Amino acid sequence: MSRATTSRDEILGILHAVKDPEVPVLSVVELGIVRDVIVEGDVVTVRITPTYSGCPAMHEIERDIVGALEAQGITGAVVELVYAPAWTTDWIGADAREKLRAAGIAPPGPADHGAVITLARRRATVHCPYCGSASTQLKSEFGSTACKAIHVCNACDQPFDEFKAF
Amino acid sequence: MTRAPVAGPRETTVANPLFEFLLRLADDRLVLGHRLSEWCGHGPILEEDIAMANIALDLVGQANAVLRLAGETEGAGRDEDALAYLRDETGFRNAQLVELPKGDFAFTMVRQFLFDAFSVLQWEALKQWKLPTLAGIAAKALKEDTYHLRHTSDWLLKLGDGTGESHARAQRALDDSWRFTGELFECDAVDGAVAEHGIVLNSATAHSRWHSMVSDVVARATLDLPKDTPMATGGRRGRHTEFLGHLLSEMQIVVRSHPGAKW
Repeated sequence: MSRATTSRDEILGILHAVKDPEVPVLSVVELGIVRDVIVEGDVVTVRITPTYSGCPAMHEIERDIVGALEAQGITGAVVELVYAPAWTTDWIGADAREKLRAAGIAPPGPADHGAVITLARRRATVHCPYCGSASTQLKSEFGSTACKAIHVCNACDQPFDEFKAF
Repeated sequence: MTRAPVAGPRETTVANPLFEFLLRLADDRLVLGHRLSEWCGHGPILEEDIAMANIALDLVGQANAVLRLAGETEGAGRDEDALAYLRDETGFRNAQLVELPKGDFAFTMVRQFLFDAFSVLQWEALKQWKLPTLAGIAAKALKEDTYHLRHTSDWLLKLGDGTGESHARAQRALDDSWRFTGELFECDAVDGAVAEHGIVLNSATAHSRWHSMVSDVVARATLDLPKDTPMATGGRRGRHTEFLGHLLSEMQIVVRSHPGAKW
């Protein structure tokens, strides 16, 4: 780190500009991928957690974080991958959910943290992000990225992504 | 990177049981993930093509994380790539169930269902482990595999309780894969040695939970649970069916043909 003092909040501010490559309307901070920022002397450490185990964007996110900090004169940042606690969509805040909706992606409902493994299919209503209708149907539990499912709206016929509650 | 020695076949004593345990955990996911990825571009419908690719990605991602941890545990300088691409067949510790060819769609789904039902119980136990990294990987993987299990159990119902053709294929898949399920619940010295870190899933209780979950779905799918049969064994000690070598040759060829290549 070349600048004399950079606070944790300043670093977080810079990271707010780093978008998730697969959901570019949200930053890695808004998605809850950035878990912690530690400033120790000259070294900035950013702790991140993967969304899904197989998320192919993690390497890119790591590069983007280092690059964004370098662009602000903070060199040699260390990005650490942490697994606990496991990422959940419950970490996505209200503002970020609104951004998802505005981008045509239905935001996630509350995640199921139940201790019991159940085969029951989820019943939560997914509202159409375009017209707001509650009359929608699940077309595919798996979508264009690991974090999305595909629905279609019965009211406006619009297919749309849902950010899966996870 | 210097090429590390390839793990040999069965040894009478296991020098590093935790390493061995992690290899078993990772290799099940790596091999099954690769099998599933063979469907990419060949799925019966587009949605299912995407679903299988997504599930494969989760499994390979889980294997990646566990193999990294295995490499650190071994302490011999092998990372997750070295462990995935530079071990030979006898160095792999996956159960034979996951290396069987993908077969038809019914076989792929039935095999996946049987594995998913085992996998969720395994992750559920491992997330209580005292090793925080593994517990964290397990907590995430449990959520992923629960989602997979819902998907595959759904397919069991659709195929079993579908047309005459789909029913016959699902039943045949169940009959053909059943004798490979016993290996999932084997318990040996490795499990005994790592039990200090937490629960290992090989107990009679776990098997009975798995059995009741599977038989419930099988019954609702109007399929018949296969009769008790002698169970295949050997994968956990590096003894595999003829199919694993072919899978590895495809999975490893680029890395082995171009050592150290970057892209």
